[in-house]
Amino acid sequence: MYEFKYHRPATVRQAANLLVKNEDAKVIAGGHTLLPVMKQRLASPPHLVDLSHIEGLDSIEVKGRSLVIGATATHADVAASAIVGEAIPALAELAGMIGDPAVRHKGTIGGSLANNDPTADYPAAVMALGATIVTNKRRLKPEEFFRGLFTTALENDEIITRVMFPVPKKAAYVKFRNQASRYALVGVFVAKRPSDVRVAVTGAGSEGVFRLTAFEEALKKRFSHKVLDGLTVPAEGLNSDLHGSAEYRAHLIAVLARRAVEAANAKA
Amino acid sequence: MAKISLIVNGNPVNANVDPRTLLVQFLRENLRLTGTHVGCDTSQCGACVVHLDGKAVKSCTTLAVMADGHEVKTIEGLAPDGAPLHPMQEAFREHHGLQCGFCTPGMIMTAVDIVHRKGHDLSEHTIREELEGNLCRCHRLPEYRSIDRGGRQGDGELRSRIVESPHRG
Repeated sequence: MYEFKYHRPATVRQAANLLVKNEDAKVIAGGHTLLPVMKQRLASPPHLVDLSHIEGLDSIEVKGRSLVIGATATHADVAASAIVGEAIPALAELAGMIGDPAVRHKGTIGGSLANNDPTADYPAAVMALGATIVTNKRRLKPEEFFRGLFTTALENDEIITRVMFPVPKKAAYVKFRNQASRYALVGVFVAKRPSDVRVAVTGAGSEGVFRLTAFEEALKKRFSHKVLDGLTVPAEGLNSDLHGSAEYRAHLIAVLARRAVEAANAKA
Repeated sequence: MAKISLIVNGNPVNANVDPRTLLVQFLRENLRLTGTHVGCDTSQCGACVVHLDGKAVKSCTTLAVMADGHEVKTIEGLAPDGAPLHPMQEAFREHHGLQCGFCTPGMIMTAVDIVHRKGHDLSEHTIREELEGNLCRCHRLPEYRSIDRGGRQGDGELRSRIVESPHRG
């Protein structure tokens, strides 16, 4: 790891000022993506701005019809939260499937989204639930926020502060793990929302998380796995690597989407 | 350099560290607490698990400066020198829940964390899932089962010990 200067701001404003003053600074919270990358010397930020001591940034609450999760809430916080379990149980389950218990004690929702790893779990939830990503500057819809592999709309001095998830009628996340890394080989999040249905896929797309509009249209007519009979997913644009071909991932997406709909219906 | 103050195994520690020092390096090289091991150094194997404010974390993926103002417990802190082993350590010893022993400190720190979070009555399935972030390279099935049994016996004994003496565990 190369040398850097460590900063521990007490407020989001202080953190943002540090980012303005130090152009190549990086934000850190749990550090479970950034530190491994720095250890490999693939990143060498001269300044680290640690958000993990900003009071209230990890809060979890229901406001109106939305579940609002602070950026530094850890995966363990979200998985164990009674508020999340009550409002969107599928989201608590998703958080409990990330990494392993020790990783979940450190990794944060804001960090996962800002990194936008194509095999991360949270992007699927944010996309399917139509969550709003709130930063110190603006509010972003998932379609605006996610911009391809490891790329987001976040500017250099922009910090995610919280994520607002509208509470769906039903939802479920099903993940097929890579046997070695335990990351999602494919993960499908299905959400039946008051006005529509959204199906989001992680792990498979060469540009990161994406929606399955053909599946959404079918499910909007009737929210049952049976309406997905005969629907397939084209392999174009899907990842192909030693873990699975694009065709295999396409097949998995269709299978997991059915399972997710069944799981969502079983919960209600 | 950055000044840090933290509590390690109940003792206050003040130090001046390079910010890039990992918590595991600080524990092993500055404090000479070499019970915490570096296995993979990529946050996968769990040999470096310690408790940060009572929660299991991988100290190879935590900076020492991030622990400033916090409390760290390592395997050395479970039972003081000369005192009887912590019940989880004793259970691992009793069931020979190890072969080469390299992963054992992390396994035990994780096992204690599991009991703190999930209570004492755990199925083998739960224990296996919860040990997902701890790899045992010896990993012959009988040894792995010993770890399971060790974990479970540790739960029961830990419960009685907690009842007798609330400050422990």
